[in-house]
Amino acid sequence: MPGLELRNIRKAFKGTEVLAGVELAVAPREFIAFLGPSGSGKSTLLRIVAGLETADEGEVVLDDRRIDTLPPGDRGVAMVFQHYALYPHMTVRENMAFGLKNARVPRGEIDALVSDAAKVLEIEELLDRKPGQMSGGQRQRVAIGRAIVKKPRLFLLDEPLSNLDAALRLRTRVELAQLRQRVDAGVIMVTHDQAEAMTLADRIVVFNDRRIQQVAPPMEIYSRPANSFVARFVGSPAMTILPARLDGGGDFARVVLGNDARVDTRVPRNGLPQGETVEIGMRPESVRVCGLGEGTTDAEVQLVERLGERSLVYARLRDGAAITAEDEGTTSAKVGDQVGLRIDGAAAHLFGPDGTGYHRQAA
Amino acid sequence: MTRAERRWDGLLFVAPFLLLYLLILIYPLLRGVWLSLHSVDLFGDGRFVGLANYARLAADPVFGQSLVNTFLITLMIVPVLTVIALALALALNRATRSAAILRGVFFSSAVLSVTIVTLIWRFVLAPDAGLLGELWTAFGWEPLPFLSAPNLVLPALAITTIWWSLGFPMLLFLAGLQQIPQDMYEAAALDRASKWTTFRRVTLPSLRRTTILVIMLQTAAQLQIFGQSQLLTAGGPSGASRTAVLFLFETAFGRWELGYASAAAEILFLIILAVTLTQYWLTGRAREGEDGR
Repeated sequence: MPGLELRNIRKAFKGTEVLAGVELAVAPREFIAFLGPSGSGKSTLLRIVAGLETADEGEVVLDDRRIDTLPPGDRGVAMVFQHYALYPHMTVRENMAFGLKNARVPRGEIDALVSDAAKVLEIEELLDRKPGQMSGGQRQRVAIGRAIVKKPRLFLLDEPLSNLDAALRLRTRVELAQLRQRVDAGVIMVTHDQAEAMTLADRIVVFNDRRIQQVAPPMEIYSRPANSFVARFVGSPAMTILPARLDGGGDFARVVLGNDARVDTRVPRNGLPQGETVEIGMRPESVRVCGLGEGTTDAEVQLVERLGERSLVYARLRDGAAITAEDEGTTSAKVGDQVGLRIDGAAAHLFGPDGTGYHRQAA
Repeated sequence: MTRAERRWDGLLFVAPFLLLYLLILIYPLLRGVWLSLHSVDLFGDGRFVGLANYARLAADPVFGQSLVNTFLITLMIVPVLTVIALALALALNRATRSAAILRGVFFSSAVLSVTIVTLIWRFVLAPDAGLLGELWTAFGWEPLPFLSAPNLVLPALAITTIWWSLGFPMLLFLAGLQQIPQDMYEAAALDRASKWTTFRRVTLPSLRRTTILVIMLQTAAQLQIFGQSQLLTAGGPSGASRTAVLFLFETAFGRWELGYASAAAEILFLIILAVTLTQYWLTGRAREGEDGR
């Protein structure tokens, strides 16, 4: 099978397990984002693919060739490091040519590859400078250029945007997306920034606690999180997840919140686990502020964040449960106000006692 | 607070240092220049002779020989010492227990005084009962008279000095090695760099500043080599291991010619200054842009 395959990868550092049997298949030319909190094992997995760490168990296969037994340079992968790791005493040109020289690529070919990459990345005028004379954004481009000239079958990006300031990060993100169209290789990017993962990736791999939690396209991760961890981790502000009780209903589950408010969901009832204890998950955009008594439930406003085109209203239900709702940018809600909240049951998610997510049927 | 007051406050803080600096560095330096222009012994004021001491030095074959010896032994010591210290640092730059112990072992010679060092090496180098003599005899060779053959005595002093001085440069190189970020080695591994290429293109350039520092410090130190030569050979045989500082010492405290010795000291001072500045100029010409990655 072409592409990258990870088979049962296990890794422990001094007795502490960081990866517990990871399986993953990446298609050729696919852009994959490894998303997860610090210490979830995502960087370790990337480094195992690169050959900078060895797995205790398992296989890494790239285009039908087992590569985990090969040295890093022979694997057909190129990496962009978080801190760029450019060679400070070499010019940009030498930095980019270093790998090719070591691979004994003819000189003329090296020059062509370097100037092509420099043109694409718009760093031609920097070729004779040294890394210390460049800005962070420029160094980032050189680091990407150093990876591109090797024409790898897989790019590995380790938090490539985390060292850039906000404006530059946004621009580089767009450029990465464009660049991605031009290279004939897969990309794996480690990030803890969900916006990067959502905007760039074909599929997101969510890591937590030594395991892959979910592998899916960005919108599916957002709208059909596999479990309550993914639901909480992806989306900003985070999804409100409240304990609830199943209470009758027809084909679709109806739940009762702690304060007796009823929500009619569109989650099929017959797929749910036994018992009536569940959790209900609601994104802020499916909880709207309305007049007192007009909504699903009433709540007291704790904090209002005005973001311009919309406002976020952090509120408390009568039983003390915290819930995040959305309102117009011109909201009149103030801290301490009693307001009504209209919960869109059709957009609500349910989570079983083990955290597994249950969602409305796909359209 | 007025301007004048503030200036006084500041001066108070640096006064202790300034006072000591003037007293034990600047004053002796000027006093040395003054002495070098006079014919002085340990008693009395002496008399002004102008540049006569310098003229005499220029024609003194003993002084000339001592300068040549000093240059030769510095040339023998500095390159070898630098390379060995770097090699040791590379070998011991790891976090294992044995590496930590060996670092201590290799540094331990640096804490000995020159008296102990020369005593140890006298046992090693003595041809009749010394360690090397025994070794040579065991191989069936004639023991080499390291300390009494004119062409062997400088190398023998150089070896002694290298053994003694290894610790500090090694430590400097270790510190330099630990400054090199790990991800540069990872990048080099992904760039298919061999061990040798990685050393030559990543490690060595990153140690450039450290290497310059080691060479400059060692050059300045070895041009002032004294104890080893005085204690092991007393400058012999027939001046073959007399160094510049030993010449100073003999002139000043053996023959009581303070003015003449001071003139020699000024010459040596100027030579060391010139050599160090040349090295600094040769290697330190601002190569910008190497600080960032």
